[in-house]
Amino acid sequence: MTFPLQDLLAILPELIVIGTACLILALDPILGADKKDILAWLTLGALAMCMGLPSSHLTGQTYAFSNLVVIDSYGAFWKLLLYIVTGLTVLLSLAYLKAERLSIGEYYGFILLALVGMMVMVSGADLLTIYLGTELMSLSLYVMAGLKRTEARSLEASAKYFVLGAFSSGVLLYGISLLFGLAGSTRLSVIAEAITTHGTANPMLSLALVLLAVGFGFKLAVVPFHMWTPDVYQGAPTSVTAFMAVASKAASFGAFLRVFVEGLGGASADWSVLFTIICLATLALGNLVAIVQTSIKRMLAYSSIAHAGYALIGVVVAARHSGEGTSSGFASVLLYIAVYSFMTLGAFALVGMLRKEGQESENIEDYAGLAKREPLAAFFMLVFLVSLAGIPPTAGFIGKFYIFMAAVNGGMTWLAVVAVIFAAISAFYYLRIVMVMYMREPEGAAAAHSRLETSPALSFVLACALAGVVFLGLFPNGLWSLATHAAPLLK
Amino acid sequence: MTVPLSYYLVLSGFVFLTGVVGVLIRRNIIVILLSVELMLNATNINFVAFSEYFHNVAGQVFVFFALTVAAAEVAVGLAIIIALHRTNSSIYIDDLNLLKR
Repeated sequence: MTFPLQDLLAILPELIVIGTACLILALDPILGADKKDILAWLTLGALAMCMGLPSSHLTGQTYAFSNLVVIDSYGAFWKLLLYIVTGLTVLLSLAYLKAERLSIGEYYGFILLALVGMMVMVSGADLLTIYLGTELMSLSLYVMAGLKRTEARSLEASAKYFVLGAFSSGVLLYGISLLFGLAGSTRLSVIAEAITTHGTANPMLSLALVLLAVGFGFKLAVVPFHMWTPDVYQGAPTSVTAFMAVASKAASFGAFLRVFVEGLGGASADWSVLFTIICLATLALGNLVAIVQTSIKRMLAYSSIAHAGYALIGVVVAARHSGEGTSSGFASVLLYIAVYSFMTLGAFALVGMLRKEGQESENIEDYAGLAKREPLAAFFMLVFLVSLAGIPPTAGFIGKFYIFMAAVNGGMTWLAVVAVIFAAISAFYYLRIVMVMYMREPEGAAAAHSRLETSPALSFVLACALAGVVFLGLFPNGLWSLATHAAPLLK
Repeated sequence: MTVPLSYYLVLSGFVFLTGVVGVLIRRNIIVILLSVELMLNATNINFVAFSEYFHNVAGQVFVFFALTVAAAEVAVGLAIIIALHRTNSSIYIDDLNLLKR
């Protein structure tokens, strides 16, 4: 069996990333403990190389490896986003691992392996490749969640993530096997044809739809498959949490949309009902439970659940209306996830680096009086929280605006109204932190207060996230045209 | 004489459900891991049965990948369980309660 050069060139970014990951794993034992930073720069170099490659541009549609992989503008959009958030995560980790005194070189190897998994997920044209990508991503993330090997909470997060993740991929795989039984192939295009010829009134198809929805529901962290999220986000090292909340969610949305639109698009009337219910439950539970959290990491976890709910609105609206309207619905999802990435990454970067006596300040109470001690850090946090709440002129507002516009244009105004109500509720818990930072004095004047541990890498990450939030809030047109260009079409 | 397809599907459905119930009610992480393996093997039965039914080898190829992934998953899972046992001296789900509910 031979691989033509053409096919290998098509997956060159994946090859570069996986090659670098192997190189890092090999270099790690050779390098001394004080030289691990080299591995981070190596990672960044590989990412920069991938971004510069012509195949990462948003044109054309090429199939490779006998239709197992597709290189198209949709995949390229997600990959570009993944390179950016992975790069920022690596820079954040550079600061975070030092503060935590973790000198683990293979950390960067795992980040790159997870990235390869995500890249395969978003560019798979066959359920086999999508499944393999999902597993590669998940296995790397299980390990990364438990990277603080001496801390019981990190290991607990890892174990919980592993149990539920393995369960969900079992369910996903069973759904895939039923689809194989239905279509005689796991190619998304063949499955789509089979659904058109056989119709959707097939109990096996319904069962497969439900199983796939459960499997992807776990990866997207939507209600009722969200229960692992708060625990894992709280227990994992914060740089890993940021990576999970942003990159893994983006890639899961990428794979989820590709499977349900390109493969199961013919049954969109069936699954859109299912996802309307999931979407409403996610919006309600994510926003309401976030209110009562006292740990900021848990609050951001529930907030990320709620944001998946907003993005699902775009999916549901697009699925209900085939034809012209669908592309703007899906484009709003792409835009929303891109915007969400910047603000969530910024918020987690601050949470990880605001430290008190060498520990992360995880309680919301630790943020009291932050505006006096660290005016700049408090201002950055303010911008990220305002954006998460969806208040103009930040990017978070633009994301919600396009989602709600798609809902109104698609004739689902009621859904937009419900989402606006929940967005108003969400403003309460985001702005509560702003209030704590700006209006409250810390209790116990003699006690040590949390301060930001600055470093050039962290400053760069925060500046990029802030620039993304503000710039995309003021000039969303560029990203919007990218998203409309990349959005999949429901036939 | 060949065994009809439906027999395989009933078997795989039964094995899959056993796995799901095992994950939901058992408290020992190793037993949960075994139950997940049951779920994955139910999938393999499906793939092979459909592959035979369609005379299409793609299903059996999928089984090889699924087996490999399952092996990798067990390796990572057992490593996590060992690390967990070192810090908690317990591998029961109920003892994992440091993170707030």
